[in-house]
Amino acid sequence: MHIPDGYLSPQTYIPLFGASLAAWSLALKKVKEELSAKQVPYLAMAAAFSFLIQMFNIPIPGGTTGHAVGAGIITILLGPWTAVLAVSVVLIIQAMIFGDGGVTAIGANCFNMAVVIPFVSHYVFKLAKGGSSQGRRVSVAAFLAGYTGLSVGAIITGLEFGIQPMIAAGADGRPLYAPYPLSIAVPAMALEHLLLFGIIEGMVTALLLKYFLKNEPAMVYAFQDRKESQAHA
Amino acid sequence: MTGFQKKLVAGLIVMAVLSPLGIIIPEAFHAGDAWGEWGKDTLKELLGFVPEGLQRLSATWTAPVPDYNFGSGESSLSVQVFSYILSALVGIAIAASVIYLISRLLRQGNGK
Repeated sequence: MHIPDGYLSPQTYIPLFGASLAAWSLALKKVKEELSAKQVPYLAMAAAFSFLIQMFNIPIPGGTTGHAVGAGIITILLGPWTAVLAVSVVLIIQAMIFGDGGVTAIGANCFNMAVVIPFVSHYVFKLAKGGSSQGRRVSVAAFLAGYTGLSVGAIITGLEFGIQPMIAAGADGRPLYAPYPLSIAVPAMALEHLLLFGIIEGMVTALLLKYFLKNEPAMVYAFQDRKESQAHA
Repeated sequence: MTGFQKKLVAGLIVMAVLSPLGIIIPEAFHAGDAWGEWGKDTLKELLGFVPEGLQRLSATWTAPVPDYNFGSGESSLSVQVFSYILSALVGIAIAASVIYLISRLLRQGNGK
């Protein structure tokens, strides 16, 4: 899901930089309001975790590879705005230092993986868990949050790839950037994430949430009473 | 750091050490690049040409450690494995430091 340099036209990557910039400035504001000293180590560990889990490439035998992002569990544990910051920092380091994802595509990659995934995961979890705060329903909700978040992120990425041939073609009609149309790019990105990588992200989300609820339930953002904690602030 | 946090850090280090599985297992299953992340050579094979704009933009940035590999493109598996672990450690150290700095700046004056 890390779009390299050259796959997106400037007409695509510039607006997506704008979208990510807007998300970053909002995220900085929101995190500033809520961040306590106790959370700082968890934030740093969240970024480290996202970096590491993305290194575990999972193969589709004879085909492509993919990986989890960890944005779903970070969203549930630390909130969607914190996930925006943590995953964005990871994606920028991957692009600048390791050439994983393009530098011109930093805005797009951050939008897809550090904005779309956290917010989809956040709302899916909220909706699916209902009033439960433990037990099987919460695990299922966490799985769905991770699964849906990653899959929607992948489909949006597929859309960005797929509109390129419509936006920019050379005088000879050949595509200038990502070459495959929507009818190929969207199903390719959607299927591999719906059938494999999304399931991994869902399992990682559910298992880690279970672990945190057992060991440190008070820190789980999704179960904190936001109104009360703001009143204390 | 609390005992629980120490456990989490230990878990992250274990992940870093095991990270080469993320290159060894795909290789064993003959799986290639992620969809849409092909290099120029692979694109040429797939399409018969390299799109012009892609060719131009792909030269925008030269990463110091491309593909998490400190060796050359043809380096042996042991160099790749070692590079991958080192990349994992360097990556998490930078990520954690940047987040820590941002957090410090944000916490100045928020009173928490």
